[in-house]
Formats: sequence, C-alpha cells, structure tokens
Amino acid sequence: MSVTKKFLYVNRRAPYGTIYAWESLEVVLIGAAFEQDVALAFVDDGVYQLAKGQDTKGIGMKNFSPTYSALGDYDINKIYVEKESLEARGLTLEDLQHLVWEDEDEDWAEKDSIQVVTSAELADLMEQQDVVLSF
Amino acid sequence: MSMLHTVNKSPFEKDSMNSCLRLSADGSSILLIEDGVFAAQEGTVVSDSVKEAMKSKKVYALQEDINARGVQGKVMDGIELVDYAGFVKLVTEHDKVQSWV
Amino acid sequence: MKLSIQVNEGPYQHQATDSAYNFTKAAIEAGHEIFRVFFYHDGVNNGTRYTTPPQDDRNIVDRWSELSAEHDLDLVLCVAAAQRRGLVDEGEQERNKKDGNNIAPGFRISGLGQLIEAGIQSDRLVVFGD
Repeated sequence: MSVTKKFLYVNRRAPYGTIYAWESLEVVLIGAAFEQDVALAFVDDGVYQLAKGQDTKGIGMKNFSPTYSALGDYDINKIYVEKESLEARGLTLEDLQHLVWEDEDEDWAEKDSIQVVTSAELADLMEQQDVVLSF
Repeated sequence: MSMLHTVNKSPFEKDSMNSCLRLSADGSSILLIEDGVFAAQEGTVVSDSVKEAMKSKKVYALQEDINARGVQGKVMDGIELVDYAGFVKLVTEHDKVQSWV
Repeated sequence: MKLSIQVNEGPYQHQATDSAYNFTKAAIEAGHEIFRVFFYHDGVNNGTRYTTPPQDDRNIVDRWSELSAEHDLDLVLCVAAAQRRGLVDEGEQERNKKDGNNIAPGFRISGLGQLIEAGIQSDRLVVFGD
C-alpha cells in the first residue's frame, strides 16, 4: 500500500453534545499509522473541539481534549481553523489550545500546528485533497 | 472536474448550506439531497443566496428526495434535477466529494 | 470506477442509510465496483439481525444483507463503534464474554483502518450521515 493520498478530516461538530468529535479523532489517530498526508480542518462548531479549559467532570464524560496536543507526535501538524467560524463565535486563536509539533528537519524546532485560514483559503485547500472525511 | 459537495440539511433548520456556500470554491458543484432539497425551492428566505451561488457554482438536486417531499413544482430555474444514477455520475465526474453532514 | 461508501447513522432514525443504499445500488447498476461500505458512529446499528420493522416498511438491515449476497459487497462495522453500541459477532462474543451475538449476514466487524484503506484504495469515498 505505497500510495500516498492527501486526506482531510473536516470537523464541524462541538464535542460532548454528540460523539462525532471523539469518534472522528479516533479515525485520525488510527489513520496516522497509514502514513498518508493528513490535514484537519475545524469549521462551524468544530472549532469548540480545540477550546482551552474543557472540564467534563460535571457531566461524567471523558475529557478527550488533551488528545489534540498529542497529534504532533503522530506527525499531524496541518490543523486549519476557519477564521470566519471563530469570529462568528466570538473566539480568537487565544481561546484555543496551543498545539505544536517538532520539526525533525530543523533540529526538532517547535512549531505551531494550528493555522487560522479564511473561508476562501480553506475552500482552496479542500480542492487540493484526494479524500475528504466529514464528521 | 473539481469537488462535488452534498448538502442534506434543510437550510431552515441547520446552517450546513451556508457553510457549504462559504467553503466551496468557484467552479465546484453542489448536490442537494434529503432535507437539503428544500434549498432548491423558489421564493424562500434562502433563494437569493442560492441564486447568488449559482453564478459561480453548479447546483443540482436529487429528484427522488424532491418528489418525496412534494416540492416538485417549486424548484427554481437553473437547478438541475438528477436521479440516483445521476448522483453516481456526478460523483464519478468530480475528483472528490465533501458531504456537509 | 472503484467507490467506497461511509454510513454514519443507524436505520430508521435518519435517511442516511437509505440514501447510501440507493446510491450503492445505482453505482452497482452503472457498472462500478464497490470496494467497501463502512459503517461508523450509530451507522453500526445497520448491522443487527434483530431488527424487526413492521411488515409494510422496508427492512433496512435485510436489504443491505441481500445486496451483499448478490454482489459480494464488503459491509464493515467499525469495531470501536460497534462495541460501544452492543453490536457483536462471534469473535467479539467470545473475546468480551457476551451471552450472544447479533450481527446480520454479510456484515463483518473490523477496525477503523478499513475506512482509511477504503479511502486509499478507492477512486471516490462518499459519506452519508446526519
């Protein structure tokens, strides 16, 4: 299976209200083993998946938000967040977890994984993919 | 050909159609299925935004879902109706499919 | 062309599995190869043989099983999603010490890697969901 395709996971749901966010993350983690060219997009309520300060003790559900910070270890470092979705919800990059990855080619320099992109930029990025998985 | 987008939500209940319109590139195609077909109707609060999108994108609607919902006579001009065979054909004619589920 | 289908919702509650079925059938009729149908999230509920709809309604589970038998369709339920929702085949029954199993003919339970593989091996992947 030597084919490398560009996979984009489009996340549009908030965490906890439904299971889509969590089960989507499970696909991303399993998919990492296939060594494809993976990117994640967070749009609409999907941006809430990356929110800082999630505390689920009161609802008795597992807080899976720390898993996002492990994505860099899986070589998943293209995380696109749509600017318009953030703005519509009164959020900025500061409200999201700081996700980083280490660049092997630059002496493991720590780099930001999240890129805030406009709708138009994201539309172009989507056009460049081979496979789009939507959750 | 570029991307085929499918929208299956009523534009009166969910925001999927707006997200699709915002995040689809010019030259791409949009297929309305299931409750998404309500966006194909003439004379609704979303008709103008759909018409605007049709200037740069091709919009289709699934005939079977239109029929099931009794809106056959209300589809706006310029929207092409396809059956399931046409749906399959659209999928093969485009490079990839994004479902705005 | 080689196509794969992902189904994210269970039967009857949502049209997704009906749409996926009609699409799959039309694709086969048009001469395309279906590499795999992958059931995820509540979509795994399409794979229980205990479904008993009223006689005047379609039997969504049987319909998938029959299509699989006719065209050798690979119907895969995601194991993680299936375990959460109580979908059990013989292997899972033994592994998790359950007192029975409920998987319908034509379906099999396997890992999420099967979805990624479908994305890699197929010319197109079409997602049906809520």
